[in-house]
Amino acid sequence: MEHFAQLLLISVILANLFVLGSHPLGACIRAVALQGIALGLLPLCLHPDERSIHLFIIALGMIGLKGCVIPGLLFRAIRDAAIRKEQEPLIGFNTGLLLGAVLVGLGFGIAGKLPLPPYTESSMVVPVALSTVMMGLLVIVTRAKILSQALGYLILENGIYTFGLILAAGLPGLIEMGVLLDIFAGVFIMGTVIEHIHREFGSISAHKLVNLKE
Amino acid sequence: MTVLVLLILIPVVVAGVSFAIRSDAWRPWTLVVAAVLHTSLVASLWFSNAWPSIGTWLSLDPAGKVVLSLISALFLAASVYAVGYLHRRLERPNRTFVTALLFFLSATSVVAFSQHFGLLWVALEATTLASAPLLYFNHNPRSLEATWKYLLICSVGIALALLGTFFLAVADTFQGPVDGALLLPAMLPRAGSLSVPWLHAAFIFLLVGYGTKMGLAPMHTWKPDAYGEAPGLVGFLLSGVLTSCAFLALVRLTQVCQAAGQMDFARPLLILLGLLSMGVAAVFMLGQTDYKRMLAYSSVEHMGILTLGLGLGGLATYGAWLHMLNNGLAKGVLFLTAGNIHRHYRTKTASEVKGVLHRLPLSGALFMAGFIAITGSPPFGLFMSEFTILRGAIGNGRWGIVAGYLGCLAVIFIGMARIVVLMVFGEPPNDETAPGPKDSFLTTCTPFVLLAAVLVLGLYIPPWLDHSLQAAAHLVEGLP
Amino acid sequence: MLTTFIPLGVTLVAAPLLPGLINKTKAAFAGRQGPPLFQLYFDLLKLLKKGAVYSRVTTWIFRAGPIVSLASVIVAALFVPLAGHTVFSFSGDVIAFAYLLGLGRFFTVLAALDTGSSFEGMGASREVTFSIFAEPTLFIIFVILARVTDSLSLSRMLTQVPLFGMPSMAGLLALIVFSLFVVCLAENSRIPVDDPATHLELTMIHEVMVLDHGGPDLAFILYGASIKLFVMIAILAHLVFPMQGGSPVQTGLVFGSLMALVTIVIGIVESAMARLRMIRVPRLLMAACMIAFFAMIISLR
Repeated sequence: MEHFAQLLLISVILANLFVLGSHPLGACIRAVALQGIALGLLPLCLHPDERSIHLFIIALGMIGLKGCVIPGLLFRAIRDAAIRKEQEPLIGFNTGLLLGAVLVGLGFGIAGKLPLPPYTESSMVVPVALSTVMMGLLVIVTRAKILSQALGYLILENGIYTFGLILAAGLPGLIEMGVLLDIFAGVFIMGTVIEHIHREFGSISAHKLVNLKE
Repeated sequence: MTVLVLLILIPVVVAGVSFAIRSDAWRPWTLVVAAVLHTSLVASLWFSNAWPSIGTWLSLDPAGKVVLSLISALFLAASVYAVGYLHRRLERPNRTFVTALLFFLSATSVVAFSQHFGLLWVALEATTLASAPLLYFNHNPRSLEATWKYLLICSVGIALALLGTFFLAVADTFQGPVDGALLLPAMLPRAGSLSVPWLHAAFIFLLVGYGTKMGLAPMHTWKPDAYGEAPGLVGFLLSGVLTSCAFLALVRLTQVCQAAGQMDFARPLLILLGLLSMGVAAVFMLGQTDYKRMLAYSSVEHMGILTLGLGLGGLATYGAWLHMLNNGLAKGVLFLTAGNIHRHYRTKTASEVKGVLHRLPLSGALFMAGFIAITGSPPFGLFMSEFTILRGAIGNGRWGIVAGYLGCLAVIFIGMARIVVLMVFGEPPNDETAPGPKDSFLTTCTPFVLLAAVLVLGLYIPPWLDHSLQAAAHLVEGLP
Repeated sequence: MLTTFIPLGVTLVAAPLLPGLINKTKAAFAGRQGPPLFQLYFDLLKLLKKGAVYSRVTTWIFRAGPIVSLASVIVAALFVPLAGHTVFSFSGDVIAFAYLLGLGRFFTVLAALDTGSSFEGMGASREVTFSIFAEPTLFIIFVILARVTDSLSLSRMLTQVPLFGMPSMAGLLALIVFSLFVVCLAENSRIPVDDPATHLELTMIHEVMVLDHGGPDLAFILYGASIKLFVMIAILAHLVFPMQGGSPVQTGLVFGSLMALVTIVIGIVESAMARLRMIRVPRLLMAACMIAFFAMIISLR
């Protein structure tokens, strides 16, 4: 089962690299949806001895939320905006890919410095989580469309959730539900704001949001 | 225990009621109803000296009591002002506004009670989500841009705080599964066994994350935009209530660090961020052209002072708690009167506003007095709290910090004075266009009461308040 | 003694089959009959009988180009295992292999520049740009294999480790195979990196470099290209299913069918995709490079 977990974690990183390197917004949203599904399946692989109805329900809820509902909200936002492609971001797609690979290396390096908690099954969870967090921040900072910034926020949250997976014993299900709800509400509000911005400004390019200055 | 449940649920119930009310004119009164109920419950807590709790996750301790009282008092003031304000702005539907305000009250109350780091995080994230619609009340492109920046930056900050919370959980359960992980009262006794590298990583992420909510530099970039575009009422609540909740989160973190003996790691970081915030505020205050953004930078400065006090420890911690109270009250005066001025002159550029004392005598006088208060001049309360922090710094012999602290305060005083004095005095412009509404009772009584409170706190601190602040300071220091 | 050269003989004889197989696959997808499987043999024979025309502007480099590229590819083929048997191997021959291929490319590019025509120069610059991304990927893959098998010899790398057997290596293997596949497409000028059938000025890369060669020179170039394709597919086939022992006939049959399978997959990819826009190609190669880099990081733990 550890190998399946490793495959899922690899696909998480691949989804990040895909978002960093590609421009069709629809494809990026689908990549993040697949990432969410992979993350939903991870708890079942990482804690095989704790499999219970509770875990299955959480996994199902996660897959539903991250794989269907949240991407659905984002698709609705871009359908209204009729924007299908991302502009060339601040650092370019090629440089983004290169930086993404560097961040993966950095994530593995930092994770090597932190002592591994004794009860984790897979030693790849912490590095993948840290890399995903960093790559989410990279997407937020460099993207030209605000929908991509929201996508970067989702990737960031996915990375943090990945890290939370090693704590299944430490963090009660209530908090997980609370976290999920908050993320959902956050994305919902973001989607609403994106629609409003499209209506006001006529586009969802972040280059238009420059009126507030010193 | 019922008090606790009521304090959290009453705003939610009233929110539902206000959502159902059809009339825009009657809806603001639900705010006052909820605020009065909330404040009376909090007052009963003071009189009965009770420390209610639900299980272990929600309970009241001295720090939480101070913050809860501040939240309640500020919300009461805001609700009275809101009635007058919303009646002036009846052209806008206020259903989302009022409902969001009530949810905001409920979420901040949960923050004050929460003893579990996970619950604390959920509540703070809820306050972010509840306050986003408030920023967008004016429904123009600028406020939309401000709402987006607020939402994105604060969400990212809170997400990093979540990562920090997870790190903390790993630090707590490093030796194996424990009872009551992330539960503050359970963590403090066993803080010695927390894994140190994970605790350090947790501290950094939580400081950055909750610091973003507070508006510490360099994570403060959302503040000028958000406070600049929001209605004065919303700016008041954000700068008084929300920042205090974020400060409480930092206090809880400091409690854990203190118990684990890692304050040598934590103190320099807190002091650094505090001084940096004050410095950034000073630099950006000079040459500021928008008076609401000026207030935002003032907020950044005061958050820096709070963090500095927390980092210095000892006497400065007491000063920080006192400062939190004073800052919330004084910011109320400034933001509410700034809102009045904005509505009258219809511009936020300071150079276009002149002679406020002539056009709006009450608001002008209150604005001037508020400026004197917020920059730490006696006899107002902020002088006492800032002086206490200064004494704490001198007592430790940290002369560099003293120099930076005083320097920033001086620069900020000069910067603000240039803007405020030119606005308040002088000849009002002769406009053909009819100016906006004049002062009314509802829009000026609240700032007046808040100013009076700051003045009282500067002259005399009642013993029950002093006792509470001492208890809160001792809680942070880890003393019984 | 002679039996050690059997793999080389098989390579030399069977290489021209592969482009024919790819064309047959593409034709099948298009619903056509397509050229016969042995078409390249007929083409080579026809070209060898022809004479060549050399421009007065060119020097000996132009004549040497095809010969050096063919010779380097044949020498590189000595190191590649075929069904588990190699002609020649020593520690570090993987570097010799990579650089021999590089030498061949270098001389092809030089010959193209030697013609003095801007047409070929454009193709040369494009080819070299893409190889900037493809070569590091190849090297990273070799580093991963070297680390996993603790050896620097190509044959030992590919025959030692049953990557396909161990589930813990499954993820790593998938990443390596994907990157190597993309590199294979790039090095052999296949779609989506380059279109071997196009003759439009703006879209040619490899074709345009060899435009001025004729007769036996063109025969050498085509033959060399088919051997290069054969060699890289052999490496891919070994990664997927390293053969270690057993009777030569048995392993030979298995290996042959595996290579045919990979060739058909290339043909399918060519039919299913269109060639990428020129500016997108570096992104694809960069993505393959980053995936290989990621695989290296995983293997370093």
